[in-house]
Amino acid sequence: MRTADLVTSALLILLSVVVMYDALRLGIGWGDEGPLSGFFPFWLAALLAAVSAALFLQALFRRATKPFVSRERFIPVLKVLGPLAAFIVVTDPPGPWSGLGLYVAGGLYLGFYMRWVGGHGWRAVVALSLTIPFITFLIFETWFLVPMPKGPVEAWFGY
Amino acid sequence: MGLDNLLLGFQIAITPTNILIAVIGILLGTIIGVLPGLGGANGVAILLPLTFTMPPTSAIILLTCIYWGALFGGAITSVLFNIPGEPWSVATTFDGYPMAKAGHGDQALTAAFTSSFVGALFSIVLITFFAPLLAEVALKFGPPEFFAIQLLTFSSFVGLGGENPLKSLASILIGFILSTVGLDIVTGQLRLTFGFTDLMKGFDFIVAVIGLFGIGEILLSVEEGLRFQGARTTMNPRAVLETWKVLPRYYRTFVRGSIIGFWMGFKPGGATPASFMSYAFAKRFSRNPERFGKGEIEGIVAPETAAHAAGVAAILPMITLGIPGSPTAAVMLGGLIIWGLQPGPMLFIDNPDFVWGLIASMYTGNVIGVIMVLAFVPFFAAILRIPFAILTPLIIVVCAIGSYAVHNSMIDIWYMLIFGVMGYVFKKLDYPLAPLVLALVLGDMSENALRQSLIMSQGSLAIFFVRPIAGAITALALFFFVLPVLTRWRRRARARAISPVPTRN
Repeated sequence: MRTADLVTSALLILLSVVVMYDALRLGIGWGDEGPLSGFFPFWLAALLAAVSAALFLQALFRRATKPFVSRERFIPVLKVLGPLAAFIVVTDPPGPWSGLGLYVAGGLYLGFYMRWVGGHGWRAVVALSLTIPFITFLIFETWFLVPMPKGPVEAWFGY
Repeated sequence: MGLDNLLLGFQIAITPTNILIAVIGILLGTIIGVLPGLGGANGVAILLPLTFTMPPTSAIILLTCIYWGALFGGAITSVLFNIPGEPWSVATTFDGYPMAKAGHGDQALTAAFTSSFVGALFSIVLITFFAPLLAEVALKFGPPEFFAIQLLTFSSFVGLGGENPLKSLASILIGFILSTVGLDIVTGQLRLTFGFTDLMKGFDFIVAVIGLFGIGEILLSVEEGLRFQGARTTMNPRAVLETWKVLPRYYRTFVRGSIIGFWMGFKPGGATPASFMSYAFAKRFSRNPERFGKGEIEGIVAPETAAHAAGVAAILPMITLGIPGSPTAAVMLGGLIIWGLQPGPMLFIDNPDFVWGLIASMYTGNVIGVIMVLAFVPFFAAILRIPFAILTPLIIVVCAIGSYAVHNSMIDIWYMLIFGVMGYVFKKLDYPLAPLVLALVLGDMSENALRQSLIMSQGSLAIFFVRPIAGAITALALFFFVLPVLTRWRRRARARAISPVPTRN
């Protein structure tokens, strides 16, 4: 926890410096329309820098306690984050490529997670990763008319 | 004068469409409250984009009913599964879970729902009478007064939040800094974008809420490896009636809990301390305090009454001052802006049908809510028996849909992921998330109030002290900001007075 606290407060100090740098570029003084654009961010960042420095010192002078997270407890967290990032990329990758759309990617993600982490049987995996995207499609796309990123499969069905 | 308006409100709230919307809202809200990793705030945030095309009054009824439902749903997980869905239902687990384990889950839940209802009703009645008065006072406020109130809002997180005051302050500042990213409307300049066009739009608080509270919470719960093994229960009408026969005995606890809840809930972040305070009072004044923590029904009544009274009271500053008292209220406030309404005292003049429709729907919503949860407890409890490996990806996909729907942009899903990791880390390090979200929502308003005040005073900060109302509020805010330092001094002074030998700690 101590190391995590030190790193976080150091990052916050870094953030404050970046914000103050940008605020100085915009001007922190007085203009024709009152305070300039940089005024508010500058003082926020200055205060944040002071508070983070105090937090850094607080953590520094504290005895080391239990670790932020143990390795075996962190693995399930990564098992959520990794596939989540993959799911976003498959939905619509950054750059010129087109993705599979949110529903197909969501179904793949659900099926993958069920099989990999939950160890569910193939029949349940296939059934749920087909029906759940279909139901969400009905709710969001046809009922509430909220458009989601779509790919070749939806196009094939005429959407 | 209030009653005519309330009648007008009921005419709006009791139309078949709005009743149906309330039922759907309660249903969704209770499911959201029961599911781990989906609390009221991000439930409302995910569903906010669905309301963009609705009339504002129906939209707010949907969102507030989701909120009531989430509050009720929290009680189900606390009592049956010993998992507090929200921080303010922690105290409910103390006696709720032992009762459920002893086979009295139905009585515990009846007591919880009824107390929630009583607490909520108490606050709603007070809101009905106080809201117009408060709005009338607030109409006389200028920018300095509004800035002072915002200062007070944030100071209470620092002074009364209970967490490390420096970390609360850091959270507030981060939220404000995030709110300044993008286009500055006053001068038309780009701030903190560093040439990235994606940053021009800034960070949307809805995405922040979904990431911080939704994804962050899921990461925490998979790390803790939660397995849901709950007490089973059925609800039969006889148990409900028998519990109702016992409950009037605790009328003192009801009254005390309601008052504590309303008083604490009016200030931001008040629901959690209110629930604990009410529990502590009930235990102290009880004739058999030794039964608390082992399944005493009064130990459920006290925190639930206070938590719901506080949850409802958080709506009062939102509609009268435009300042939300809780993260969920903050998301709703964001909704008001999206629907084209200006939050604040002018709402009572410009949109009386909206305000009074909202207030009336608080009555109808809570009545519908208490009936629905009593009737469908086994159904809601069954949701938690869905295997974790199905729930987790399902919740995440729904979160992604909610984030994307805000602006129809992929970058928001990436932001959701980043905010999720941030929420996980911050939660573990005890940086409070609620003030961060509130600051992100209020950022533009606070900055405008500050700028206008400074223009009025030609740059002098004295304006926040010399105007009588602003001065009093600013003084109170400053007092809260330094309160943690004062209490520390006092504790040290007392320690020194007790022991002549200087103690180190």
